[in-house]
Amino acid sequence: MQNWQPSASIPALKQRAKIIQVIRHFFAEKNVLEVETPLLATSGVTDLHLENLTSEFNGPGFNDGLTLYLQTSPEYAMKRLLAAGSGCIYQICKAFRNDESGRFHNPEFTMLEWYRVGFDHFMLMDETEQLLKLVLNCLPAERLTYQQAFLKFTSIDPLDTSINQLKTFLKSNDQADLADILESETDLLQWIFTDFIEPEIGQEAPCFIYHFPAAQASLAKLSRTDNRVADRFEVYFKGIELANGFHELTDKAEQQKRFEQDNRLRIDNGKTEKPIDQHLLAALENGLPDCAGIALGIDRLIMLALGHNEIKDSLSFDLNRC
Amino acid sequence: MATVSTNEFKGGLKIMLDGEPCAIIENEFVKPGKGQAFNRVKIRKLISGKVLEKTFKSGESVEKAEIMDYELSYLYNDGEFWHFMNNETFEQIAADAKAIGDNEKWLVEQDTCTITTWNDSPIAVTPPNFVELEVTETDPGLKGDTAGTGGKPATLSTGAVVRVPLFVQIGEVIKVDTRSGEYVSRVK
Repeated sequence: MQNWQPSASIPALKQRAKIIQVIRHFFAEKNVLEVETPLLATSGVTDLHLENLTSEFNGPGFNDGLTLYLQTSPEYAMKRLLAAGSGCIYQICKAFRNDESGRFHNPEFTMLEWYRVGFDHFMLMDETEQLLKLVLNCLPAERLTYQQAFLKFTSIDPLDTSINQLKTFLKSNDQADLADILESETDLLQWIFTDFIEPEIGQEAPCFIYHFPAAQASLAKLSRTDNRVADRFEVYFKGIELANGFHELTDKAEQQKRFEQDNRLRIDNGKTEKPIDQHLLAALENGLPDCAGIALGIDRLIMLALGHNEIKDSLSFDLNRC
Repeated sequence: MATVSTNEFKGGLKIMLDGEPCAIIENEFVKPGKGQAFNRVKIRKLISGKVLEKTFKSGESVEKAEIMDYELSYLYNDGEFWHFMNNETFEQIAADAKAIGDNEKWLVEQDTCTITTWNDSPIAVTPPNFVELEVTETDPGLKGDTAGTGGKPATLSTGAVVRVPLFVQIGEVIKVDTRSGEYVSRVK
């Protein structure tokens, strides 16, 4: 028998619709413009651990076919709008990630992404907290730097550590197997964060972790006061990674360098190089206004709001039913 | 050597770990937004019975364990081995005490058991969920007593000891749930 029924219950879908209305109202009140950008684009992301789904267009102008990447987030196109003078913008759209499926992952999911011109990451953390309180009716958020979180729960200083120290930590915590398979300092730090810190933070109230090590800057500016860290933050609540924000990198040369570094890392890890988004680089060259931006997983937010244990409970049809 | 990718992990899959066949009990996909993906699995080692957690990088491959389950009929015990037979092909297979474990007391001739083999050698024997055995020893109960008041121990023909209601007498055949070791009913 075909399993045609939705993954989420109809009452859950009604509540989902209400939450999305609340979000739209939140931004309308602040005069943040709703936009839509393409889900299909001629380039994807260069990140070591993010994979695009791809599709191919065949038709007028592209007789030999054009590879189009389903976007892992609408970030690059939204930054082009900002560079073109859109002012503050938000978007609620689908995003796609290959290789990701599980209790908290579906390869197609809904993302809320917004950019605030003139904000830094601290101001954006404040605004994110407002939105979370509105939707989740939660307690005031906790805030810890990445370094504080590590020192508190592992006694490791992530800004002054070594591959050796991190592997020794894993071995002394009964994880010699992981010490063997993780090679880079960043992979080791990310695993230790996921397995030893994430379960300890944000249980009662959302927790903002900010000032990630520079090697995990992604598209964030490096901190003006401490160049060992980046102006990047993440939000965790009840064991779920909910959002990732940046005081956005606006320097074209630095952005290009990071894309190229990503591609070198991909090759070192046996992956294929990815095309660099030249549209974004051209926009940065023209000038991206100083801004902060954040991407928040809507399906996970709805999971938290409705007390669900699995992402599929907030999706109409998950991977196994689509 | 057959291998499986972490993408094929699911409850029940049999893989090799530290040279021992294991069954996956639970499999969870773990991935930080911008980090490496992992499969965190709960595994039961099939020989030692130990349950442990293990984490793999997603996309890696591991060796598959050649584990097979056969439905075979129990024949007899020759003092060292327990012999089972495939009722269709008449092929026989012998399991040792390690594979039988605590289940000797539930083996009834002609009953169909599940024999689990690793590389064609039996590593576990699972008796049927319900077996019927004769009571060989128990205190004579009081007549007219009904079930549910604590009961009394009874020794069965295989040596198994089960708590039975007071009305059960020597010589009667009872039905027992082998998973819990509990009395179910009398058999007429």
